[in-house]
Amino acid sequence: MLSTSAAAWTTPVVDYHALAPEIILAGGIVLLLLLDLFISESKKWILTPVASFTALGAFIPVLTLALSDEGARSMFDGRYMVDDFSLVLKGLFLLAGYVVILLTSDHLREGDYYQGEYWFLLLSSILGMVMMASSRDLISIFVALEFLSIPAYMMAAWRKRDLKSNEAGIKYYLLGVFASAIMLYGMSLLYGIADSTLLVDIGKQLGEDVTAIRAVAVLFVVIGFAFKVSAVPFHTWAPDVYQGAPTPVTAFLSVASKAAGFVALVTVVYVGFPGSHEVWQPVFWILSALTMTVGNVMALKQTNIVRMLAYSSVAQGGFILMPLAVAGIDGVANSALRAVVTYLLVYAATNLGVFAVVMVVSRKTRSGEISSFGGLFSYAPGVASLMTIFLASLAGIPPLGGWFGKFAAFQSLVSAGNNWAYALAVIGGVNSVVAFGYYGNIMREMWMKPVPDGDTAPVKIHSSLGVALGITGLATLVLGVFPGLVIHFGDIAGLAGAFGN
Amino acid sequence: MEVLSDHNWVLTVGTFLPLVGVLIMLFIPKTDEVLSKSVAIATAAATLAVGIFTLIQFNYDHADKMQFAADAEWISVIKSSYLIGIDGISLPLYFLSMVITLLVMIYSWNHVPSPGNAKAFFILMLVLQTGMAGTFIARDLILFFVFFELVLLPMYFMIGVWGGENRQYASLKFFLYTMFGSALMLVAFLALFFKTGAESFSIPYLIENGAGIAKNTQIWIFAGMFVGFAVKVPMFPFHTWLPDAHTQAPTQGSVILAAILLKLGTYGFVRIAIPILPAAAKEWAPWIGLLAVIGIIYGALGCLAQTDMKRLIAFSSVAHMGYVMLGISTLTDFGLNAAMFGMVAHGLITGMLFFIAGSVKERYHTLEIKRLSGMLVQMPKLGWILGFSAMASLGLPGLAGFWGEFPAILSAYQPAEGLPVETFRTYMVIAAIGTVFAAAYLLWLYQRTAFGEPTAEFAAGHGHDEDIHDVNKFEWIAWTPLLIAIVVFGVYPQLMFKVLDPAVGVTLKAFGG
Repeated sequence: MLSTSAAAWTTPVVDYHALAPEIILAGGIVLLLLLDLFISESKKWILTPVASFTALGAFIPVLTLALSDEGARSMFDGRYMVDDFSLVLKGLFLLAGYVVILLTSDHLREGDYYQGEYWFLLLSSILGMVMMASSRDLISIFVALEFLSIPAYMMAAWRKRDLKSNEAGIKYYLLGVFASAIMLYGMSLLYGIADSTLLVDIGKQLGEDVTAIRAVAVLFVVIGFAFKVSAVPFHTWAPDVYQGAPTPVTAFLSVASKAAGFVALVTVVYVGFPGSHEVWQPVFWILSALTMTVGNVMALKQTNIVRMLAYSSVAQGGFILMPLAVAGIDGVANSALRAVVTYLLVYAATNLGVFAVVMVVSRKTRSGEISSFGGLFSYAPGVASLMTIFLASLAGIPPLGGWFGKFAAFQSLVSAGNNWAYALAVIGGVNSVVAFGYYGNIMREMWMKPVPDGDTAPVKIHSSLGVALGITGLATLVLGVFPGLVIHFGDIAGLAGAFGN
Repeated sequence: MEVLSDHNWVLTVGTFLPLVGVLIMLFIPKTDEVLSKSVAIATAAATLAVGIFTLIQFNYDHADKMQFAADAEWISVIKSSYLIGIDGISLPLYFLSMVITLLVMIYSWNHVPSPGNAKAFFILMLVLQTGMAGTFIARDLILFFVFFELVLLPMYFMIGVWGGENRQYASLKFFLYTMFGSALMLVAFLALFFKTGAESFSIPYLIENGAGIAKNTQIWIFAGMFVGFAVKVPMFPFHTWLPDAHTQAPTQGSVILAAILLKLGTYGFVRIAIPILPAAAKEWAPWIGLLAVIGIIYGALGCLAQTDMKRLIAFSSVAHMGYVMLGISTLTDFGLNAAMFGMVAHGLITGMLFFIAGSVKERYHTLEIKRLSGMLVQMPKLGWILGFSAMASLGLPGLAGFWGEFPAILSAYQPAEGLPVETFRTYMVIAAIGTVFAAAYLLWLYQRTAFGEPTAEFAAGHGHDEDIHDVNKFEWIAWTPLLIAIVVFGVYPQLMFKVLDPAVGVTLKAFGG
């Protein structure tokens, strides 16, 4: 505890194995900075493999930690936990980061952007996410959040001569800071109530009684993260930022950054406020219903592919929020956590795949309009089929990954068994049908419409984009047919301290 | 439930073999159409060979038991497993799906509809085959759901890419209707799961425990499933997607849709909804019967109003599926047998009619009835086959259609105990009147298109002579098995009833059937 820690100082025990992913990332970041400083422009290509190997290298200790039998490793009085929950999400962030690196490498070279700084910022943001997965303390959560956000603000504005990109960066920054401020206010109230920044202590102090001040504190923290996951009505930044930012950055924001927001949300709710479910359950109910409905309705009328995907990603966020609206009910916490984690994994694979296809296609058509996908199947059947798989997965059609995420979410709602849960399930069901309206629209363009400009030259797929397509496509298929491979990753037993564990 | 699990690899191989073909076809260049088609047909033939092996190995003395049963771990966390098996109810449909796919593929050899791309077209048919076969072997609700949905996208593309003028509208309508139904169905499955103690999604388990659910809850869960299955059947008033989908779909799509896909809905009632929720089924039965007879009359009236031959056949499907649902709604052994027989018969006959419609369209480039005439003069063989199929469809004794229709009507005379007898007898009378309508619209169709002299625009020497030719080789290969089956099952229906009956008895155990 902050107030008493001045009394006796003991050197904290540092478990280097547990921290290895963060250490490798930090090392890679420093190496990148130095290399960028000292090598000549013509050799800058070397930075790409360095960034890739850093992300993959950091994944190795995640695997060894997952395979070790030691169970949860706690550091710094439980402020930094390496448990199964954090490991699976670290893995997710690192692999998603790796795919983003694959997506970016050609894009950067062709667009004449600064390379070294970009990799530095991307890896820093990933490091922030990896830290977020382990943070169990208000301060470490906040540091991780800023660590992952600030580089993202700059990356959004990476096309520095493009006004839209500048707008994206500024908007993202201003709204992000605003959200942080609200959250900090909530956190300060929490500290005042609990006299501790440690989530577990806060959970104990809050207990089950709800007073106005406690409700406000919980509410503000939740709202702060609602910005990060672009839940309606805090989503207004997302479409502009997604459209303005370079496409790989958009892919990164819509997948990794969003997942990080959900991780933080789940951690504070499960570990910090398990007793206050009377406050946050209705909030999540409203956020979820609004988010999926508004996201879907807005997505229906978009003509720009990236903007449509922005609203689609908002709507997907609504589905991920669904199980949280019942997570406080006895016996549901476990299935809700499973649903969120599984959904995040599937969504990450699928959405990165969608963006990879968008990049492949827009390279050829030089257009961001949905109509530019017209007739894709006739000249690029492979890409069109992959896109169909990704879109069908987002729409939740078996046997592609997305169906299981939705299924798990519905399952935890129905298991709650009260009328509010059923109502939300019905709203979710209707929304998943509506969503097919716009996902199906792209399929229709690709399969059933003529090529708009008559240019049927085959598309070129650079090897790195091809690898990205391969990874995401395979993951989407495998997760759909054998979802059992990943679902136990979301077991509540893996999240130390959740609901008083 | 006792199961036989000899040769339990058979069903898995039979179901997933088409996907192996798909995998091979992915590596064939798009331009090599002959190779693509050959591989696809070889795969379908191999699949059918596995199907024939299944037919031979099936133990007909134990048609009431699940055979070739397998149980493997799948998604253990949600208590769903790869639980498969086949009994007398599913065997005919499972086998029919394999036959139809192969025949449709043979027909497609020189009939790939515009805009071409045989490779993609055949791949979609193979994926469809896996989905259809899988639905009939699944004994786990989640597995069933996945297969049930697997057919959705291929059919969507089949209609939307290779269909007629209005294809995009029709395909989207088909998709949204079905998806809406499946969403409700899935919620119903989940509710069923939790109300039976969240133990298992396996159908046998749920049959054992479903009856214990409070009646009111049962009625709600049944309602969810009802919508999901009724959209697929399709029952009035959920049928509106069907005429559009059928009219716009390419011939191959129509045949598969009519012969197999519609049966997924009725099969769902028989296999899942009724045995698991017997009390709710009893409450719902009069309403299902009512919608069924409305469908019969509505479909028939719709037929009389049609000016397009294919649309007419589509509406006749609504009427025929009405008989099937009427048979099911009686909840009697007799009615269910008739319904199951009717499903297969409708698959054979309506599939055949859609084949003919496709060939007529190919020759005349139109299906407008008033522009067609004198088919018997110009193409006697095709004309006779149309006559034969129309007779079969209207339920002429001696052909397969009769044994689906007549017993279904008869079964409404004495519905299961506890159902309102007067109501069902009224249904019986209405359904019987429906057969008169059926005779009317089919014979009228036949008269207008086949009798008389060809209309002026298609008469000899008006530039259509090249297109208008009698039945060709590929058509003969594709059609002969269907025609033979229609006669064989018409003359000797016992062949199928003896397989169906024991399994139907098990399904109706809860009703004392």
